This record gives sequence, structure tokens and C-alpha cells, in this order.
Amino acid sequence: MTDTRRSSRPPGAVSRSREAAPEVSIRRSAPTRPANNSAPRRELARWGWGLAGILVVALLWEGYKAIGPADGVVLGETRVLPRTTDLAMPHIWEMLARLGEPVTRADDALPLWAVVALAALTTLGIAAAGWLVGVVVGIGFALIMQRWRLAEWGLLPWIVISQTVPLIAFAPVVKSWGSRVEIGAFEWQDWMSVALIASYLAFFPIAIGALKGLQSPDRIHEELMQTYAAGYWQTLVKLRMPAAVPYLLPALRLGAANAVIGAVVAEVSTGLQGGIGRILIQFAGQASGDPAKAWGPIFGSIVLGLVAAGSVALLGVMLKNYRRTEESA
Amino acid sequence: MNHSRRRFATIGGALAISAALVLTACSASGDGSGGDAADGGDGGDLTSVKLQLQWLPQGQFAGYFAAVDQGFFEEEGLDVEIIPSGGDIVPQDALANGDVDYAIAWVPKVLGSIEQGANLTNIAQIFQKSGTLQVSWADSGIDSVADFEGKKIGSWGFGNEWEIFAAMAAEGLDSSTVQIITQDFNMNAFLQGDIDAAQAMTYNEYAQLLETPNPDTGELYQAEDFNVISYQDTVGAMLQDAIWADTERLESDEAYQETTVAFLKAVIKGWIYAAENPEQASEITIAEGSGWGPSHELWMVNETNKLIWPSPDGIGMIDEAAWDATVAGALSAVNESGASPITEEPPATAWSNEWITQALDELKADGVDVTGESFKPIDVELAEGGN
Repeated sequence: MTDTRRSSRPPGAVSRSREAAPEVSIRRSAPTRPANNSAPRRELARWGWGLAGILVVALLWEGYKAIGPADGVVLGETRVLPRTTDLAMPHIWEMLARLGEPVTRADDALPLWAVVALAALTTLGIAAAGWLVGVVVGIGFALIMQRWRLAEWGLLPWIVISQTVPLIAFAPVVKSWGSRVEIGAFEWQDWMSVALIASYLAFFPIAIGALKGLQSPDRIHEELMQTYAAGYWQTLVKLRMPAAVPYLLPALRLGAANAVIGAVVAEVSTGLQGGIGRILIQFAGQASGDPAKAWGPIFGSIVLGLVAAGSVALLGVMLKNYRRTEESA
Repeated sequence: MNHSRRRFATIGGALAISAALVLTACSASGDGSGGDAADGGDGGDLTSVKLQLQWLPQGQFAGYFAAVDQGFFEEEGLDVEIIPSGGDIVPQDALANGDVDYAIAWVPKVLGSIEQGANLTNIAQIFQKSGTLQVSWADSGIDSVADFEGKKIGSWGFGNEWEIFAAMAAEGLDSSTVQIITQDFNMNAFLQGDIDAAQAMTYNEYAQLLETPNPDTGELYQAEDFNVISYQDTVGAMLQDAIWADTERLESDEAYQETTVAFLKAVIKGWIYAAENPEQASEITIAEGSGWGPSHELWMVNETNKLIWPSPDGIGMIDEAAWDATVAGALSAVNESGASPITEEPPATAWSNEWITQALDELKADGVDVTGESFKPIDVELAEGGN
């Protein structure tokens, strides 16, 4: 019954009020789309345009390097466009070739790409841990604030204020606290300080997004649940949670990006070894004699951010039945 | 049914991936600490000690890494964990907070912290000389600090700049007579002409210049391409890498006093090892996570050795004249934002030769040469990019 109704509606033009009954929200079957055969071609086009975007950036880089003045473009005292020397803007092929060369002349040196990839994986793991903590804490806060109005009034300003604390002040304090935590066999590791800072940045958009999502059902839906004599938990699970998904997914993606940024910055800040933040600093110090090398970790962090955001897209696929309004993946 | 099973598979897969990532993170950092735990397990009665460095692992700290690698700390009954610093970790703060037991830091920076209330003591002046340079192009006409006037002078800031301003103050210059440009991690700003005279350490940034290809010749830059002003030759010279300890614990904690002497003995042996075996010391440092190429790392160890050896009074002894000169320079220096590192003389507890004297005496009794009279630096050939 409900399935035919869902498949007949135009995509995107859905009003949630028609899905008010709880048994509709938990239907598992996906709506069948009529124009299924064009999907692969669309997918191909998406990849094509994505690649074209990268190509355009590369062409702009090399084009400007070829025709731009060596000293850049200076307006008054301010340099508005960068220098085009090999020191400031190495050729793209040099940067790519450098990725394939060993990181140093030492006998057991790995190629640069492997060093960058290992560091990126370490950072990704730390950021993932931070993100998970951020998800739990963020959704926890949202649930509390949704349940009690008073909690929302009391907590929300603090959650906003928490994000104004500069990381550079926060990081040494976390590390200092961490170095004193020792509970039984558990000893605080340095990477946990970094994960904690990552979670600190990640929880914010998740808390805000989840709160908005949990509050999103219309009054009539809530009243309908009341007529069913549904309690708080039933309303939460059958109405609020599903309704929150479209708000939660972009928040989770923002949280993932924040966690990665937080992890990289916190690595630099606290001096953690092994991650991409560390080699960013290290190779920046070598950029005079080896300009292309410094770009390796920069590419690594870009890929890292893409992977983190992409992992959340995977979550979106899993929750696709609840995604009705949030479309961008 | 089919749908939900597939979904569970997906969720399971995603969980497995995240779990794997978390585990990667755990094991990545676990490698380092796991080794420590094993070391501690061998000799159950080792005293654990934390040493905070002032920057990333690099040849500047080779002696400490060598002391760990060669087991000198263990011989003294210590299990030492060396903690590298990063952008925002200030070694003297970590020490004052009680996070670590000892810290390596430059004297003028810690003098500032002491004036603000930190209770710290310099127990060993490892670097006898200042390694700070100001480098300009050979044809720039900047040969001395007096030539700075009206020029663009590079400085790192964050307390690394006081020698510049102390030397300028002695020439009657202040920061308003020059343009101070904050320098990056590398020498690109100097190479591209944004800075007329750049701050450089003998053991690091100066080598970065000599590892860079000269676009005019296609060869690496040579020493004769540059004018080098060494602050060691100016009245601005200040004492640099010193070992700092907690003053209160030094006064009242007997175990800490014993640990301090033992720690200093092992450190001295580490630096002697680095002087005699610069190649090995360089390799040890690289193995500890220093990201420099082999030729740069070796240069760094060699130049660091030159700042330490020879030490006529014994390595680590604090020369009162040099200390007083550092204090005088710190009192006279004013940076571009009008700040001085200190405004009054530091307390007498700010330095003490008591512990290093004990350590030196014990080593001398064992027949160890702690002055390095016969020290000879090696010649290091830098490769492009330090590789």
C-alpha cells in the first residue's frame, strides 16, 4: 500500500507529513525509480566531471607558472598572486615524480608516497577514534537537550562557546592532563590527546545537527504518536530518530572533516610522531633544498579529508531509506 | 530479509573498517611505548625519567638519543623517555607543570618563564656557544649587526629572537630601525628576497641554504655566496641548549637529587659518544624519527658537537661570565612588539653547578675525558635537499 504511494511521488517533492505513521518510517523496501538504466551513465559523468575539475586546477597551476611573472603579482605592498619560481611552485610532474622517489638517501628509505600514506593512515585512525567519540558525545548532548528544554537553554550556549577556545591554547592543556592520567593498567597515550582534540572539534556540528533533526518532526506527528499512547522512547525510536537522519548525515560529514583537521593540527601542536601533521612540519623545513617534497604531505592530507568524508557517504548509503531531503553525498 | 541481511553486512563491514583504523592508530603509537615497557621490565628497579626536548627529534639532541641507544641511562639505573616537542609544547612549561622531570631549553626563554613565576634551575649548560647566525647574500653589504639598519631582518620569534635584539641594542639599534620579518620553517623567504638577512642555526638552516641548488649555476649554493654573522662573536650571544630541573625538587627531594646526578652522567656519556661517533649518532637520531636526510643529519650532529666541544671546564659546566652576559643581553633586548624577555635579574636559584660538578667528578674518577680537548670535527658534504 504505502510502497505504491511512495514510488508514485516525484522525487524530492516529498512532504514528511505524509509519512507520519510510524510503520511507514521503518519500511525497509527502497522506492523503485523508473529511470534506472541511465544511472551508470550518470555515475560515469560524475567521475568524468570530477576528474575534469582536477585537470583544470592542474592546467591553471602550470598555465600561471608558464606565463606569470617570476616575482608574482604585487599590488602596492601586497603580493596578490604567488611567485612562479620552482621554489614557490614546483612543476606538477616534479611533485608527482618526487612522490615516487625515496624519502631520503638512506638505504632503507621508503618512497615518499609510502611515507605519506602510512602517516595519513595513522592520522585517519586517530581522527576516526575522535570522530566516534564526537558522535557519541554529540548525539548524547542532542538527546539530553531535546528531552529537556531547560538543558537546551543551559547547554547550548556552552557548546557554542566551547568552539571559540583556540586550539593552540587547548592542545598543551590536554597533553598536560593526559600525561597524568593513569588508571590501573590503563595509561593515557599521546595519540589519545590528539583524538580527544579531534573529538572536541567533531562533536559540535553533530550535536547541533542531531538536535535540529530530533526536533524536526511536526507537531501533528508528535500528537499522532501521543494518540497511539507511545512513550518517550517509542517516539524517539520510531519518529525522532528517523526524522533526524537527513539532518544528521551532513552533520556527521562536517564532523568527519573537523575531526581530520583537528587531528592534523593537534599532531603539530602536541608534537605527536607518526602522523601527517608531523611530516607536514618536517618536510616544510626541507622545502628550500627539496621544494617538491613538501607537497607530498599536502596531497596526503587532501586525500585524507576526501576519504574521511567519503566514509560518511558510506553511512549515508546504509541509511538511505531515511534520507529524503538530504541529497548531496 | 535479503535487504536487511545485506545492510547488516554493510554495517558490519563499516564497523570492521573503523575498528581496524582505530587499531592501526593504537598499534602505531603502541610500537614506541611497547619498547619502553619491555625495557622497564628487564631491570625492575630502573627509575623512570621523562626528558622534554624543545623541538622535533634531530641531531641537535643526538647526545640524548645516543645515551638511550647505547644504554648509558640504564647503566645509571634510569629508564629515560625522551619526549619531542611540537608547535605549542613549551619545554619549561611542561617541566614547571610537573609533566616531565627535565627539559632542554634555551636560557633566555627560560629566564622569561622564571620571571613569570616558574621555579626552575639550569643544572647543565650543554651548549657552550651560541649557534645562531644571521645570513645575508655576499653582495648585500651586510657584514655586521651595525649594517642591519633599514634592512629586512628575519627572525623566528617565539623567544628565538633575543640575540638579534640584544646585539642590535649594543649597536644602538632598536627594532624600529629595521623591518622585522617573521621567518618560516625554511629559508625560502631569504632565497626569494623577502628577507635581507635571515636568522639561521649553524646546524640547521645554514645547511639548508648549502643544500639548495643555485638557479644561476645549477650547482648547490656555496659558503662564499653568503655573508655570515655569528652571534657568538657579538655581545648579543646568549646561552642556548641547557638542561633544566625543578628547583623545589632539587632542594628537598633526595631521590631526585640522586637521579639528577645519574641523569647528567649518562647525558655526558651520550654527548661524548656523539663527538667520537658522529655517523652512528646521526643514524641513531634518524632511527628515533628525525625526518632529515642523512647528510643534513650528519651535518647537524657535527655542528652541534662544535657548539659543545671542547669544554675546558668539563661539559655542562655553567660559565658564570657567559651566564651574566646572557642575563645582560636579555635585559637589554627589546623586540618589535616592545617586549623584553626579562626586566630584572633572575634569582640565584636559576642556575647551579652543584649537580654537574658531582657528575663530572664521578666520571673523571672513572677516567672519562669530559673536556674533549682532542675533539676534532669531521667534514660533512651536504647533498641536495640534505638527502
